[in-house]
Amino acid sequence: MSAPSSLFFLSILPSLHHFSLLLHFFTFPPFCLSIHPFLSVSLPPTDSSDSDLELSTVRHQPEGLDQLQAQTKFTRKELQSLYRGFKNECPSGLVDEETFKSIYSQFFPQGDATTYAHFLFNAFDMDRNGSIRFEDFVIGLSVLLRGSVTEKLNWAFNLYDINKDGYITKEEMLAIMKSIYDMMGRYTYPCVRDEAPSEHVDKFFQKMDRNRDGVVTIEEFIETCQKDENIMNSMQLFENVI
Amino acid sequence: MATGVAAWLPFARAAAIGWMPVANCPMPIAPRDNSKKQDELIILNVSGRRFQTWRTTLDRYPDTLLGSSEKDFFYNEEIKEYFFDRDPDAFRSILNFYRTGKLHYPRHECISAYDEELTFFGIIPEIIGDCCYEEYKDRKRENLERLQDDQEENMDLKMPNMNFRETMWRAFENPHTSTMALVFYYVTGFFIAVSVITNVVETVPCGATANQKDMPCGERYTVAFFCMDTACVMIFTVEYLLRLFAAPSRYRFMRSVMSIIDVVAILPYYIGLVMTNNEDVSGAFVTLRVFRVFRIFKFSRHSQGLRILGYTLKSCASELGFLLFSLTMAIIIFATVMFYAEKGSSSSKFTSIPASFWYTIVTMTTLGYGDMVPKTIAGKIFGSICSLSGVLVIALPVPVIVSNFSRIYHQNQRADKRRAQKKARLARIRIAKSGSANAFLQSKRNGLLNELLELTGTEEDEQKLTQKSISLLESQHHHLLHCLEKTTAHEFVDEQIYEQNCLETALQTYPSRSPSVSSHDSSTRTCCSRKRKRNVPLPNTSLPTTHSTHQGPLQELSAIHIQCGDPLSHTASRSNLNLKTDESSRINCKSGRITTAIISLPTPPALTPDGDGLHGPPQRRPPQPPSHPPPLSIQTTTSSAGANIVKVSAL
Repeated sequence: MSAPSSLFFLSILPSLHHFSLLLHFFTFPPFCLSIHPFLSVSLPPTDSSDSDLELSTVRHQPEGLDQLQAQTKFTRKELQSLYRGFKNECPSGLVDEETFKSIYSQFFPQGDATTYAHFLFNAFDMDRNGSIRFEDFVIGLSVLLRGSVTEKLNWAFNLYDINKDGYITKEEMLAIMKSIYDMMGRYTYPCVRDEAPSEHVDKFFQKMDRNRDGVVTIEEFIETCQKDENIMNSMQLFENVI
Repeated sequence: MATGVAAWLPFARAAAIGWMPVANCPMPIAPRDNSKKQDELIILNVSGRRFQTWRTTLDRYPDTLLGSSEKDFFYNEEIKEYFFDRDPDAFRSILNFYRTGKLHYPRHECISAYDEELTFFGIIPEIIGDCCYEEYKDRKRENLERLQDDQEENMDLKMPNMNFRETMWRAFENPHTSTMALVFYYVTGFFIAVSVITNVVETVPCGATANQKDMPCGERYTVAFFCMDTACVMIFTVEYLLRLFAAPSRYRFMRSVMSIIDVVAILPYYIGLVMTNNEDVSGAFVTLRVFRVFRIFKFSRHSQGLRILGYTLKSCASELGFLLFSLTMAIIIFATVMFYAEKGSSSSKFTSIPASFWYTIVTMTTLGYGDMVPKTIAGKIFGSICSLSGVLVIALPVPVIVSNFSRIYHQNQRADKRRAQKKARLARIRIAKSGSANAFLQSKRNGLLNELLELTGTEEDEQKLTQKSISLLESQHHHLLHCLEKTTAHEFVDEQIYEQNCLETALQTYPSRSPSVSSHDSSTRTCCSRKRKRNVPLPNTSLPTTHSTHQGPLQELSAIHIQCGDPLSHTASRSNLNLKTDESSRINCKSGRITTAIISLPTPPALTPDGDGLHGPPQRRPPQPPSHPPPLSIQTTTSSAGANIVKVSAL
């Protein structure tokens, strides 16, 4: 736009602002209702949108390197490298669930990884405050990569136990199984049938549920897994990821 | 997969442990990560400014220069850094691309410089982030337009050999190319003006005669106006036909706007000629005369501003369309409202909605003729709303059109200015180029003169020609040109000399002379027998006046024109063969003539020989007898009758 006309329009905006203030002052209710929404488009955000701004300005700094080293089984250099990657992706130091879901979904482009990501998020977010801090992240990774088999199995149990009551019910397991199958997407061979998750859950319960009480406890889980050679082998698979 | 997310891959793999207990079959083996080296810092030294980053940061984009092994070419072992001799400011945004995954375009950067940097580092510009992409595209488009302008101008100067048709077309399109074109341009412009003025004056009442009422001039002086009209139309017709003939693509020309205007301008006349003068068609005939006003559009060939205006309107078609649409909407709405508001009042002019259109238009454009005014209160209220909104609706699209026009207009201004400066620029460039060419020739003479001095071994060699110390670069360049000369068995000469040579070969007769040419019998004789390095005095010869005129302090090349006679009569010698090769070498001069270059130097007083030593260079006029034949052997050959051959061989 040419300069004069842009100046003209710019000069109008403050006057609109004053006009709205006037409205506030005189409180014309019917006009307020109809005109105010129209005017507030160009005005600075009112109170309702301030809380949105708040979240973006929240930052989190992790505990010191020494404490983290004490809490986890990573070396100093590994922690440094992990933090750099973490901070690069989440400059504010916190990962909220939406970001987490979008990051995790990028690894599974064919399917829908959001449900499983939700469960994962809850598994990592130990204090259930809706965001993962670096400490949660690194402690969880420490367990997964450097922990003993028992610790890993504990972690897996924690993942499956959605409501964290110490028991895995069939419904919880079904939800988990469905989310895992969702990640596969539609284009699979053979095609994923609708009953596949529930069949898989039945097989799982057959294996794990010793006393046939319909739930799997942590002891049953660990015991069964330790007896299964495949599972024990696969637990060691990702030792060298970092 | 976004590369920033690659940092989270270890996490995703670790989280896969959650699937293990559920799985029923063994997992595949994980790939081994053999490159277990720790992440290290890389130093990128860009023209002295050091940038440091992790190696993994750069590895994110393996198909760019920094991400691949291509950067190893720039690794400097001594300083253990990767050194790039590029602009450090532009490098900032490139490195940020690796860090953040988004490429930004800095606004202060020149677009072509930025593009070059991107190309160098192997990054495609399409990945510029949304925040900067529009700006980048705009600047790129402007640059392209400017380049196209330059190209179009260059094309004007090319094409030395055009046939008549193409010359004519060029003359039509660019009147400043030749005087004829300029004359034609002004003549047509004059006749367009005459025609338009005629059309206008035709309708002016000319003053009443005694017995008749006031009649327009057209009816009073019918014959005169008819003659003028005929003359103009004839000129226009001739012009149109010539353009049609000269157009490179006749079909495209006939479809172009200007040609349609031309046709519309002249057609009414011919139709009027053809039609008879009966009453029923004369009404239509009068309508046709209206089209004569289109002649004024022919001025757009003569005025650039008009063309720009037309182009602007064309490019703002969508804004104009929007303006029209919104105006129409508003007109209909307000016309309806006014009609119903004024329906009650008696003697209202608002007889129908279409009748109210007129009021609405006049009010919205703030004309306010006053021939229709609302009388009821509601009508007045709505009328005022109408005029207020009219201002707004019309004011909105106008700035867009204005800015478009301004942009195009300024572009044209810039193009014109560049064109005007171009001549001066080209002249300066030419001077610079000829300066370097002259430098080569001069250094050649200087160098060879020095050789000559050494060879002749005179006492004068203390007074060597003061040679400007030339840089290593220059000397290498000169050596290169020298090698080229040797390769092609030709020599570089000065432009003026060359032209004169050609002129003289055409004109001169060649005095026969008994050649006495000194040639060194050492092995310095090169394959180019023409390479005479000094003006050897030829006894019994008057050095022919074919030599070019003295040009003061300038060095000059003069030529001795050798007439090649019957080849058989040459004594077979190496130089003969060389002579033959020389025969075919000269282009654009008559064949059979060999022109050799004699380099005659200006007369620096210090070098004036005392009848000894250098008899050649300083003085040309008196050919001095060779005073010391021993080191120089004179080779003479005589050919059969008439033709003497002066063989010139190198020292």
